[in-house]
Amino acid sequence: MTAISILKITRGAAGEPAREETFEVPFEPGQSVLDALRWIRAHRDPTLAIRYSCTSANTCKECMVSLEGKTVYACTARLEPREMRVAPLPNKALIRDLVTEIAPPDERL
Amino acid sequence: MHLETDVLVIGAGGAGMYAAIEASRGGAKVIVADRSLIGRGGATIMAQMTVAVALGEEVPDHWEHHYADTLAAGRGLCDPALARLLCEEGPQVIREMDAWGVGWARHAGESRIKQAFAPGHDRPRCVYVDFLNTGPAVSKTLRTRLIRTPEIRRIGDLLVTELVVREGECVGAVALHLVSGEAVTISAAATVVATGGLTRLYARNSASANMSGDGYALCLAAGAELVDMEFVQFFPIGHLAPRLIGMDPIMWDPFRYKLGGRLLNGEREEFVHKYGASDDGKYVVTRDLATYAIQKEVEAGRGSPHGGAWLSFEHCSEAELRAAAGPIIDRLAKNGIDLTRQPVEVAPIAHYHMGGVRADAAMATRVPGLFVAGEAVGGANGANRLSGNAITEALVFGRTAGRSAAAKVRNLNGKRAGESAFEAAAGRLVQGRGGPEFNPAEGIETLQRLMQKEVGPFRTAAGLQRALETIDALHAGLAGSKPAAGKRYDTELADWLDLATMLGVARCVTSSALARTESRGAHQREDFPGLDAAWQKNQVIA
Repeated sequence: MTAISILKITRGAAGEPAREETFEVPFEPGQSVLDALRWIRAHRDPTLAIRYSCTSANTCKECMVSLEGKTVYACTARLEPREMRVAPLPNKALIRDLVTEIAPPDERL
Repeated sequence: MHLETDVLVIGAGGAGMYAAIEASRGGAKVIVADRSLIGRGGATIMAQMTVAVALGEEVPDHWEHHYADTLAAGRGLCDPALARLLCEEGPQVIREMDAWGVGWARHAGESRIKQAFAPGHDRPRCVYVDFLNTGPAVSKTLRTRLIRTPEIRRIGDLLVTELVVREGECVGAVALHLVSGEAVTISAAATVVATGGLTRLYARNSASANMSGDGYALCLAAGAELVDMEFVQFFPIGHLAPRLIGMDPIMWDPFRYKLGGRLLNGEREEFVHKYGASDDGKYVVTRDLATYAIQKEVEAGRGSPHGGAWLSFEHCSEAELRAAAGPIIDRLAKNGIDLTRQPVEVAPIAHYHMGGVRADAAMATRVPGLFVAGEAVGGANGANRLSGNAITEALVFGRTAGRSAAAKVRNLNGKRAGESAFEAAAGRLVQGRGGPEFNPAEGIETLQRLMQKEVGPFRTAAGLQRALETIDALHAGLAGSKPAAGKRYDTELADWLDLATMLGVARCVTSSALARTESRGAHQREDFPGLDAAWQKNQVIA
């Protein structure tokens, strides 16, 4: 039997009521939470909004999310074969799904 | 929303940020736009170590020696004017970065900057920032300069979708503001495209998700030419296994610069010498040869378990490893890796694109008002880039483009296109209805696997033909499925736009590779082995 991770993701755009959606993701040892989020976008739901650019080097520092209530980089948080809760950062303005406003104020439009 | 500026710089990596600084020094007001956050996305921040420059701090050097090495690595195809610019002005920008506090590694207790030896160079020439921190330090230093320059406005989350051309001149751009989902039009007297390369086209790549070839597609559509598109550099020893998190896949390069290391096949034997190169504990084999040697060992059934080669530092002591890599050793330990006891698996990975937009030594394209900088520029590195030339190129070409853009602004005396020039392009971005059955994120993965398999370091006519057919099929799926703009942070729309860009650029790479019936540098044709003197020429796409 293939191991799976169950991601419970808090979704919704600013001004909408938040909803939780559940995705089952095939688990491979060594994967990151970001790997699982990218897998969901390519194979289940391309509308899931996430933000990242360097993908796995942990240099862009853009993929911050709340995992089980703790702020982490999704690219360095290890995926585990169990239920994991992922939500947008609670202390930043929500844009959509897991994307929050993390740009410095003078670099916004 | 409509914005006006003297100079629009697209891309906030090393090239774009240096262009912005130089344009402002030339008296221009500048907007720097990036699809990601300013100074965080792109390729520069991911550079780990080497920056090639003839400073002569380690041993006597002259830019002409660096130039000779660059031309030799380029296998006869370098644009001499661009290669010369890179080498001759390299020392000026590296010294300026030093004055701005980038922190180039220095000899203990001395003011002398350390210069490491890198493959393909005739002497130690590469400056760096410890530990594996060159790119982040370069990005941070430039971003700090931007912040201190009031004439430069920085705008992140702005994905440029079209350059606007009126009466043959580039007059600005249209962009998707990701945060709001709105179209933004930017009128500019001069535009600098500094969007980097195309390595995201490949399933295994060392670059950020921003490297979709945006600048190539934008400039080609605006009427500029592309050159040398078949030459994609594969970095031979990208990390393959075991799976690491929070580590850049090109992380082994600095280890090899400092410690040598041993490259072994699946039978734990050294093998690079069988392919005409030397690699006995020193890091001297060039990227194209090492890629070839690893791939051939894998094909012969002598690969490592995941289909690459072993890289071993087992002969090094813990103290040597720690002196070379500092805190990186702890990050490896967190991933369960002890280099004194185990080798790692490495394999070729798409790393850099030699080709790009054709420009003169002022970084001007053939479209008036349109300039390019950094990896977006084609030609300086010919068929194969010398280690360490990418950051130097970013900084030198960025500075040159910024200077040229500021001169263009002065010539125009503040004349700019009005808002109406942008309506049609903005309309193209906003319109759409979406296709229920089409997942552009999946389409991108399909394209990446295709390019890795058929348009990777080793190519055949049959494989390239298959690639063109699949590219066409993906294109057909894309057509008619564009989502309308208007949603906040619409990653589905961004993926759709990226896939459209990537398919167009993939077609350029693949058709150029099919036409070049020889093997040269990073372009290796299994069905046409060996260099053909008649092919000592550059292919141009218009």
